[in-house]
Amino acid sequence: MTGCRRRTLTADCGTLTAGREQMTVPVSWYVVLSAILFGLGVVGFLFKRNIITIFMSIELMLNAVNLALVAFSRMHGLLHGQVFVFFVIVVAAAEAAVGLAIVILIARNRESLNVERVDLLKL
Amino acid sequence: MAVLENLWLIPALPLAGSVLCAALGRKHATRLVNIIAVGCTGLAFLATLELIREFARLRPDQIPHLRSYLPWIDAGGFRADFAFQVDQLTVVMLLVVTGVGWLIHIYSTGYMKHEEGYGRFFAYLNLFMFFMLILVMASNYLLMFVGWEGVGLCSYLLIGFYYAKKPASDAGKKAFIVNRVGDFGFLLALFLIFWNFGSTLDYQDVFAWVQTRPVEGLGQVGLLTAVGLLLFMGATGKSAQVPLYVWLPDAMEGPTPVSALIHAATMVTAGVYMVARSSIIFAHSETALLVVAVVGAVTALFAATIGLVQTDIKRVLAYSTVSQLGYMFLACGVGAYAVGIFHLMTHAFFKALLFLAAGSVIHALGGEQNIERMGGLRKHIPWTFGTMLIATLAIAGAPGLSGFFSKDAILFQSFISPYGSKVLYAMALLTALLTAFYMFRLILLTFFGAPRFDEHHVHVHESPWSMLGPLVALAVLSVAGGWMAAPVLWHGSDHFEEYLAPVFARAETLREARAAGHGAAGDHYQLELMLMGVAIAVSLAGFAAAWQMYSRRPETAERLAAQFRPAHTLLRNKWYVDEIYDTVIVKPVHWLSAQVLWQRIDVRTVDGGVNHLADAARTFGGRLRRLHSGNTRSYAAWVVAGAVAFTALLVWLTRV
Repeated sequence: MTGCRRRTLTADCGTLTAGREQMTVPVSWYVVLSAILFGLGVVGFLFKRNIITIFMSIELMLNAVNLALVAFSRMHGLLHGQVFVFFVIVVAAAEAAVGLAIVILIARNRESLNVERVDLLKL
Repeated sequence: MAVLENLWLIPALPLAGSVLCAALGRKHATRLVNIIAVGCTGLAFLATLELIREFARLRPDQIPHLRSYLPWIDAGGFRADFAFQVDQLTVVMLLVVTGVGWLIHIYSTGYMKHEEGYGRFFAYLNLFMFFMLILVMASNYLLMFVGWEGVGLCSYLLIGFYYAKKPASDAGKKAFIVNRVGDFGFLLALFLIFWNFGSTLDYQDVFAWVQTRPVEGLGQVGLLTAVGLLLFMGATGKSAQVPLYVWLPDAMEGPTPVSALIHAATMVTAGVYMVARSSIIFAHSETALLVVAVVGAVTALFAATIGLVQTDIKRVLAYSTVSQLGYMFLACGVGAYAVGIFHLMTHAFFKALLFLAAGSVIHALGGEQNIERMGGLRKHIPWTFGTMLIATLAIAGAPGLSGFFSKDAILFQSFISPYGSKVLYAMALLTALLTAFYMFRLILLTFFGAPRFDEHHVHVHESPWSMLGPLVALAVLSVAGGWMAAPVLWHGSDHFEEYLAPVFARAETLREARAAGHGAAGDHYQLELMLMGVAIAVSLAGFAAAWQMYSRRPETAERLAAQFRPAHTLLRNKWYVDEIYDTVIVKPVHWLSAQVLWQRIDVRTVDGGVNHLADAARTFGGRLRRLHSGNTRSYAAWVVAGAVAFTALLVWLTRV
């Protein structure tokens, strides 16, 4: 927030004022980016074989959503979106912790990080 | 006043006996069962005697004596209780049921001695007594119907006593089913009464209501005619009249004491009792009376013709019973209810005696029932012969015996009653001729002539006194049981009819009104004596014909049978009625049940439907199961697909 001289915290502190040209990034760009990231996450989730990679894709999806939330928060001028992002981050962290613990156990038991090897429930 | 206040004792005693026999009747407890069964019935008989003593002390306005013991149905204005009523008719019926019933119980201890299921037999027999007593003592139609159905049940149980034998179990089923057809009519009558009168089925209330309605003449089919006809339909089933008599001959599959008690003395008379009890209803409907009389006369004649050529000793007696029941209905149908009940009583005596004696003969011959294989038994079993001869004389109408007075009264009434006709009289007279003939045929073939059985292999022995005692008692009753009507001979009055007069008073008034309207009143003493003479002549003729054909010239029977072969075959095969029923009713119903109801509906539709449902569930489940592939990536793919679908749904919903 370098350049923010106001006392209250508002969302438009990102705009450059006083001297420089006002140039806002259109919100649609953020949304598209978020969508692309989310899509990449989905693709990685579905098609990668390495469990770690799948987890990374999950994190990617979560962060794509975070991005979208922040962008909308900026657009509306409300902080609700950004506050919710914190919730998402916390949940993502917890989930990552548990999930990686499971991955470690799987890796130990199956001697491999290939998700196709985890098939003991196959009928 | 002890029994009058505690009327419930009379049916309760046999019920207790039944329960005890069922509980305790193990194979070696015959003594105990004897004591219980005979004792309970005997006590019921004693209670009845005491009841008569107390009843005699009642004033006319205290009759009928009503006692209600247990509220039963009390719903929306309709009320029916376990309530008993005692009037003169009840007294007569009670005497017959408990008296003859007791004698038959004693007889059964001898007859059934070596049979399996001894305790079961007496349990059923006592249960039957219970229901029969309920039937005759009930004070409303619903309770009577309880007794009605109950005796039908016991009849089924007892006919099918030897349930392992297919003919016996078939006969039991036949009896119950045919009875049911009649009961259908009975129930409809009850419904009609209930619907049109309403709050109760008590005799007193219903009869009072009927009194207020107009008399329905011949051809007018009003409410009371419908009720009367439907009630009679019930009687037709229970009392084996045309067309629902077919179960009675088959019922001979049961043990002989059963035939004596149920199918001669008591159960089959329930229909007659019911018609007599409902006399006021019938008196209000000339059409119903005519139907009763005609069916009675037709049945009497029809059954007598079949009895002419039967060869099983019990079958002859069975058809004879059907015929005599026809007489009773004829009497009721011409308005002479007391006469009908009189014949009911005398018939109970001699017919029970006939059956018991037949049982004695069968027992003596070690199980033979075909009279063509008997003969010359007179010297071997004199007591059985003597008592059976007395009964035969009674049924044939030998002067002075009980049957003479009752049968004669019926003939007389059918002649002179305003509801009677010469045609009915002629039919009844012809039946009397045939009755005398076939009964003497039976006696001659069984007891006279050369033995047609193997005298060396069959050890003919007289029955024990447990069996002979009741025979003698019934023989005495068959002789003396009609003397209360004897005063008619010297211009006196029939005491029996007098005794029952209060019960049928209202019906009698209507009959006399009808008679007055047709100018047939007056003293008929001369006519009565003349008709008596005719009846005696007819009986003698029947006897003479039988004597000629079966004693003096035994070839006559064969020759006549050959000469009139078609008629003989027709009669021998019971006019093919059973076969007709089988083709017209039984087979189609069977076909309907097996092919349509069972195959098409139950198997294909119901079972098929359920099976299809199960198959569908299984198939669907099978397909769904493949989701659980164990393949994590496919799980992941489904998760994504679900998420996409859900999101799309949400978008679509918020759009709309």
